Amino acid sequence: MSSPGGLLDTEVAERVLARALAAGGEFAEIFAERRGGLTMSIDESRVESVQAGNEEGAGVRVIGDGTAYFAHVDGLDPADLERAAAEAASALRGERREHRPLQATASTPQPIAQRPEDVPAERKAALLRELDERGRGAGGEIAQLTASYAEARRQIAIANSEGLLAADDRTRSRIGVQAVARRGDAVETGAETLGGHRGFELFDGDPGAIAEQAAGKALTLLDASPAPSGSMPVVVAGGFGGVLFHEMTGHGLEADHIQKDASVYVGKLDERVAQPLLNAYDDGRMPNEWGSDSIDDEGAPTQKTQVIEEGRLTSFLYDRLCAGRDDVASTGNGRRESFRHLPIPRMTNTYIAPGDATPEELIAEVKRGFYAASFAGGQVEPATGDFVFGVSEGYLIEDGKVTRPCRGATLVGNCLDALAAIDALGSDFEMKTGICGKGGQRVPVGTGQGHVRIAAMTVGGTEA
Amino acid sequence: MIEVAARAVEAALGAGAGDAEAYASSDTGREVRVHDGRVESLTAATQRGVGVRAWIGKQAGYAFGTDLSEAALSALAERAVANARVADEDEFAGPPDADREPAAAPALSDPSVAEWSADRLVELALAVERSGLETDSRVVAVEQAVYADSAERVAIASSRGVSGEYESSSCHAYLQALAEGEGGKETGLGFGLARGPVGLDPAAIGREGGERAASMIGAGKPQSHSCPVVLDATVAASFVSLLGSSLVATAVQRGRSPFAERLGEEIGAMALSVHDDGLDPAGFGSSPFDGEGTRRRRTAVIEAGRLLTFLFDTYTARRGGVASTGNAGRGGYRSQPSVSPSNLIVAPGALGFDALLAEAGEGVYVTDVAGLHSGVNPVTGVFSVGATGRMIRGGALAEPVREFTIAGDLVSTLKGIRAVGAEPRWVPFGGSVQTPPLLIGEMAISGS
Repeated sequence: MSSPGGLLDTEVAERVLARALAAGGEFAEIFAERRGGLTMSIDESRVESVQAGNEEGAGVRVIGDGTAYFAHVDGLDPADLERAAAEAASALRGERREHRPLQATASTPQPIAQRPEDVPAERKAALLRELDERGRGAGGEIAQLTASYAEARRQIAIANSEGLLAADDRTRSRIGVQAVARRGDAVETGAETLGGHRGFELFDGDPGAIAEQAAGKALTLLDASPAPSGSMPVVVAGGFGGVLFHEMTGHGLEADHIQKDASVYVGKLDERVAQPLLNAYDDGRMPNEWGSDSIDDEGAPTQKTQVIEEGRLTSFLYDRLCAGRDDVASTGNGRRESFRHLPIPRMTNTYIAPGDATPEELIAEVKRGFYAASFAGGQVEPATGDFVFGVSEGYLIEDGKVTRPCRGATLVGNCLDALAAIDALGSDFEMKTGICGKGGQRVPVGTGQGHVRIAAMTVGGTEA
Repeated sequence: MIEVAARAVEAALGAGAGDAEAYASSDTGREVRVHDGRVESLTAATQRGVGVRAWIGKQAGYAFGTDLSEAALSALAERAVANARVADEDEFAGPPDADREPAAAPALSDPSVAEWSADRLVELALAVERSGLETDSRVVAVEQAVYADSAERVAIASSRGVSGEYESSSCHAYLQALAEGEGGKETGLGFGLARGPVGLDPAAIGREGGERAASMIGAGKPQSHSCPVVLDATVAASFVSLLGSSLVATAVQRGRSPFAERLGEEIGAMALSVHDDGLDPAGFGSSPFDGEGTRRRRTAVIEAGRLLTFLFDTYTARRGGVASTGNAGRGGYRSQPSVSPSNLIVAPGALGFDALLAEAGEGVYVTDVAGLHSGVNPVTGVFSVGATGRMIRGGALAEPVREFTIAGDLVSTLKGIRAVGAEPRWVPFGGSVQTPPLLIGEMAISGS
């Protein structure tokens, strides 16, 4: 018998768990992984950097007296696994503990229609050439274009001393385009991505459209003037605008920050943190979404967790260890970058549920403000709540209308103030893909929302 | 490891490559995380792998893996060759020839990395945390204190006669201290790096985090205005990293650098001199040879404000009709070489920190910036980033400020450097940089 997918032999796993608990510990776990991928890019209209990788390895974790003892090795041979178990247990000094017999649990991986590894590499190169042509075709002022293609498959199996034996098979595909537009001395960039927990079917529609969108952003910015500075109403567009909620609230709800008293959301559970129109979720089960998995990286089923209900804070996001400390169940948010990392609480797909206003209505009520059409990224310090977002495409709002494009804007603010200042939600909705970094680990996350209006926020521009 | 690399090269040639190069590495590492006087996690890591570049004429491909068995190396070599066939031809593609000059051998290993027991490393991390807590009564907690190290062996071999191997070790410790007072919580980062744990000063690391956190208590928003700005060494390093990424030949040749047409021109103030030094024993970016086997060296990049050269690997050097500066960087066997600075070193000036503040007069001392990855246009160098720091009043540090942005563009910021501090510091964030604090004559602050 072995784990679903065959990565971990049950007998071997039982032996390794026994070895891991040989010197005590309340809990032991094996995380085995096989990962493979292909990436390539196009630059100066030449396909280049065609790169493939295959890695296999395992991490063994023993938890004893609140400390996580962790060792990881490359390779999945029984000897590799036992080496990791012996290393993890080497710092423990207690009595041997018994583990429960393993019982395989079935989980259904996200469905993949067309396995990327079955698609010839030439078709992927052709896709990049199409992106290049479409983007460059968007306007004579497009001076540079780079596009990238990435596919990755992660097969994982998890066995733990409580008898859990679970597996998942994850395939993600993503393309991205960055365009550079030039007019005289003015140089601007525009970027767009398309990704999902999906196979090559992700590109069935019109993937080339993202190249035109990226080029369009760069061209628009050629006409931009420096962004204004100061505090003003801000309307954030849907899709990647959701990174706002991800930084502003999501990180602060991760239970490790909460338990260390290093989040502005400490003590706010069941409290009003936003206006009643706001409902928000973390949902690791959204079909084929970028941040979705069938189980988390500790074997807990992923779930849809409502974190804000009508303005009240309703849940934090837990991995196994943090859930144990609060005596609650894991919310399926224990994630890790690879077998070389310890699981920590992470978001999956986080979004603000749409409201009932049209985007035009949101904007019409703003006398003078800023419209953030898309972000380059963001960052937060959960303990202080200070956050920052780089706006990649922004416009001025004047007398209720979106007017001239602005370059070089950054939004800064504090989580609790900004969250409470959300005063209108659009009825549109879109999810976008992101790569989130925390504690040196990068994981794929989805962010989403419709148009969102914040009554006041600091815009940091370069306008004199 | 050199045998693994040599076997991988043979396998690639056997699979039909005209030329091949293999990079193999193995490393071990440990990490200790402590919180509240207890060990949160203790990690022991071992890793090894190989990456193969294969060329068929003017096409190049890459493959990497963790399985070093004979069969797996063959499969990997075949994959690299197959990938080369997918790539378009590039007239400048091809492997470097073996260097005629021998590579220098900087001392990059410290035995204490291997010798110190786990218990001793735990004690070091706990000492960092304790020191942070003892700094100031307003420091209420340390979110995390971390020690991490790695000891690595790297080998490169190629069909053009490249063959080399070296060992290096490094470690670092840091903490995130939390201070509390009116206006809520503040954080402060303290860090130190060395070749081995014996070179770290846990008391100093903890103290830095504690002091930084406590000094921010009661911070408010500054008024929007333009004023002189002193960049703390860690912040200056971020801007120097940004400068470095604009000076790599890839960005220049592909029209993505604000300095593309500026060779030989003054791009910074007279006070600014920067060199790239891949051999400095204290630099974490040091090695005898770069990611494709070309010997490392010291390259003057900016001298008294004048741009002397860009940074090159073999490909960009061939394309630019110059010699490689030994700047093929490599993030391990999982990535193929790409041009990057090794260690960027800013030549120190004459003004100590207090003199720098006095010179600034009325302005802002910036201790931290956020959002550099999202708030910068790398093609134009225009930036707007979130910042925290202290006001400078009457030439001395005054009240703390936060939730503001500093904005400008890289070119005018470099030209606006009024003075370079006298106390340089190594900073490992986003590249290896050694720099003193910098005084910029004027920057735009956006607050309330």
